[in-house]
Amino acid sequence: MTENNFWLKKIEISVSEAEKRTGRNAMNMQETYTAYLIETRSVDHTDGQSVLTDSLWRRYSEFELLRNYLLVYYPHVVVPPLPEKRAEFVWHKLSADNMDPDFVERRRIGLENFLLRVASHPILCRDKIFYLFLTQEGNWKETVNETGFQLKADSRLKALNATFRVKNPDKRFTELKHYSDELQSVISHLLRVRARVADRLYGVYKVHGNYGRVFSEWSAIEKEMGDGLQSAGHHMDVYASSIDDILEDEEHYADQLKEYLFYAEALRAVCRKHELMQYDLEMAAQDLASKKQQCEELATGTVRTFSLKGMTTKLFGQETPEQREARIKVLEEQINEGEQQLKSKNLEGREFVKNAWADIERFKEQKNHDLKEALISYAVMQISMCKKGIQVWTNAKECFSKM
Amino acid sequence: MDMNSFSPMMPTSPLSMINQVKFEDEPDLKDLFITVDEPESHVTTIETFITYRIITKTSRGEFDSSEFEVRRRYQDFLWLKGKLEEAHPTLIIPPLPEKFIVKGMVERFNDDFIETRRKALHKFLNRIADHPTLTFNEDFKVFLTAQAWELSSHKKQGPGLLSRMGQTVRAVAMSMRGVKSRPEEFMEMNNFIEIFSQKINLIDKISQRIYKEEREYSDEMKEYGPIHVLWSASEEDLVDTLKGVASCIDKCCKATEKRMSGLSEALLPVVHEYVLYSEMLMGVMKRRDQIQAELDSKVEALTYKKADTDLLTEEIGKLEDKVECANNALKADWERWKHNMQNDIKSAFTDMAEENIHYYEQIILLQVIMSIRR
Repeated sequence: MTENNFWLKKIEISVSEAEKRTGRNAMNMQETYTAYLIETRSVDHTDGQSVLTDSLWRRYSEFELLRNYLLVYYPHVVVPPLPEKRAEFVWHKLSADNMDPDFVERRRIGLENFLLRVASHPILCRDKIFYLFLTQEGNWKETVNETGFQLKADSRLKALNATFRVKNPDKRFTELKHYSDELQSVISHLLRVRARVADRLYGVYKVHGNYGRVFSEWSAIEKEMGDGLQSAGHHMDVYASSIDDILEDEEHYADQLKEYLFYAEALRAVCRKHELMQYDLEMAAQDLASKKQQCEELATGTVRTFSLKGMTTKLFGQETPEQREARIKVLEEQINEGEQQLKSKNLEGREFVKNAWADIERFKEQKNHDLKEALISYAVMQISMCKKGIQVWTNAKECFSKM
Repeated sequence: MDMNSFSPMMPTSPLSMINQVKFEDEPDLKDLFITVDEPESHVTTIETFITYRIITKTSRGEFDSSEFEVRRRYQDFLWLKGKLEEAHPTLIIPPLPEKFIVKGMVERFNDDFIETRRKALHKFLNRIADHPTLTFNEDFKVFLTAQAWELSSHKKQGPGLLSRMGQTVRAVAMSMRGVKSRPEEFMEMNNFIEIFSQKINLIDKISQRIYKEEREYSDEMKEYGPIHVLWSASEEDLVDTLKGVASCIDKCCKATEKRMSGLSEALLPVVHEYVLYSEMLMGVMKRRDQIQAELDSKVEALTYKKADTDLLTEEIGKLEDKVECANNALKADWERWKHNMQNDIKSAFTDMAEENIHYYEQIILLQVIMSIRR
């Protein structure tokens, strides 16, 4: 729970609880899901006291809806990602089940993190739908759908087409795309191997636990060694069980890396939008250029470009001067419109690039700060693990030497 | 202290053996030093085998010289063990490493296997040398000093294979009888041996498993570190931090390797030796029971007047002495064995704990350096 640092200065947001619920889904079938309690508090600046202003329950799919809405309405923003839908990069002990309490707990933290990121974003925090998400429990879904944002969304096919055909995208976005691909690839790899390392470490610790049991049984037949064996065995048990907390902490570290894995996708979304806009612009410019040419040809009578009208004219006889005038007029109107559109598209494009790039710079600073913190906290975790290890083995050594 | 007072001429009465127990393992009194090294492969038309070089240094008068160098193969060690068991049926003879390793290795002459065996053979000979009675055994002396052809001809002496086989069959039948009339203290001993055997076997398995898990952990870590270096190539501002993490992981890897080698040098061989010892002990128990059974059957024969009573009485007298001797020998050696076992186990596990402490201390230093870099 941290204080928002931009617009909603006096607001604290927390996802404080998670609860299992059963209900009926769209197809009227029974389903079980988890609901999360979101509490909003306003903080009095003078004495730091906080008062609960809103509290409501939301499920994961509503968070998804909110994010999809934000993606459509703020395409120039690197929209914070949600925690993963299903547990991935799992090492053997963790359940991949969405109902597993550890998974639910980590997801709760992830969802809170998401809301805090949105609330501290200079642009996103002003959004009405976001405000309603925090304050209006009933009817919120309908309100979102009424904005018609799904219709405004760019089709994936269109975006893919643009990616392949755009001729002059801004170089910075091309580089950014490469960067985000690399980021995604390297973090995935790192998380995969980390999961395997965690698995192995778990094995090493847990096998030591077997010593505990055997030492205890052995101590029953030993007179002088008995006490030493018994107490050493106890320390082996302590050692074996210490790995559970250690790996739980590491899961939180992995979650921090995962957030940036998913951020890579958000970066790519911004790049895609730029490509789409740029492609649109290029198409509009191309279209305008061809219309101008047609107009010129009609006016001067030379046919340089192929047109169906030209062909049919050749085949079925020339048109009258009046017909020609009419066509030229239509084209001139279209050209005018086209020029206006091109101007505004150009403006839009430049605005987009400017705003997007500002947000990307903001994102870069946030990323460098967060990842550095995460990596250092990882080192701190290792230190804590070592301290525990030293203590346990020092105790065990004492028991052994007293045998 | 006159070294020659421990000559083999001295009667091995129970009392004198108890006195000898007090002086065992004192380094100043050690007068026989043995090393086993330089395994060498020999290829003949029939077979391939390994010999080990054995160097003996001694100040004992009964040895012709003060230094000896011979080559022996595993078969020769087996022969020696057999002779010792024959001569001292109720003494705890040190165990030999196994003939074959059951799991894993197919190749008999794998380097690790040979090295492990060499160390175990070295231990075997030194344990005999440290044993107050066995150290003066004649076959032991021949083993250490005789040239190859001398050893061969010496081996050919003694009871033939057939008569020894015949003895074994009778002995098994006898030992069953001996169990029933086993005195209380040996019941306790047997109970201890059974439970000890179970537990030490489990500890052996656990320790091997730990070694295996650490190996796999180290392998994964070797892949984990370099990913951070790879990542640093695309992150200008995080290069130092990422490379720092990579270097920590790398050193952790090396520390793990060291921990593993500590385990395989100190703990694993000791635990495994005691697994083999526990098998030995069960054999010793059986032989004691056999000797007891021989006496019991003669006593029973006397009771039912099955044969010449005078002859029987004489035989019984001899057997009673034999039983008393055997029991006392075992009792004394048992105390000695237990004392050594406690020391060895204590030492091995203390070393293991020390290795682990050292391991964590090494890593903590690196992580602290890492976390200070901001």
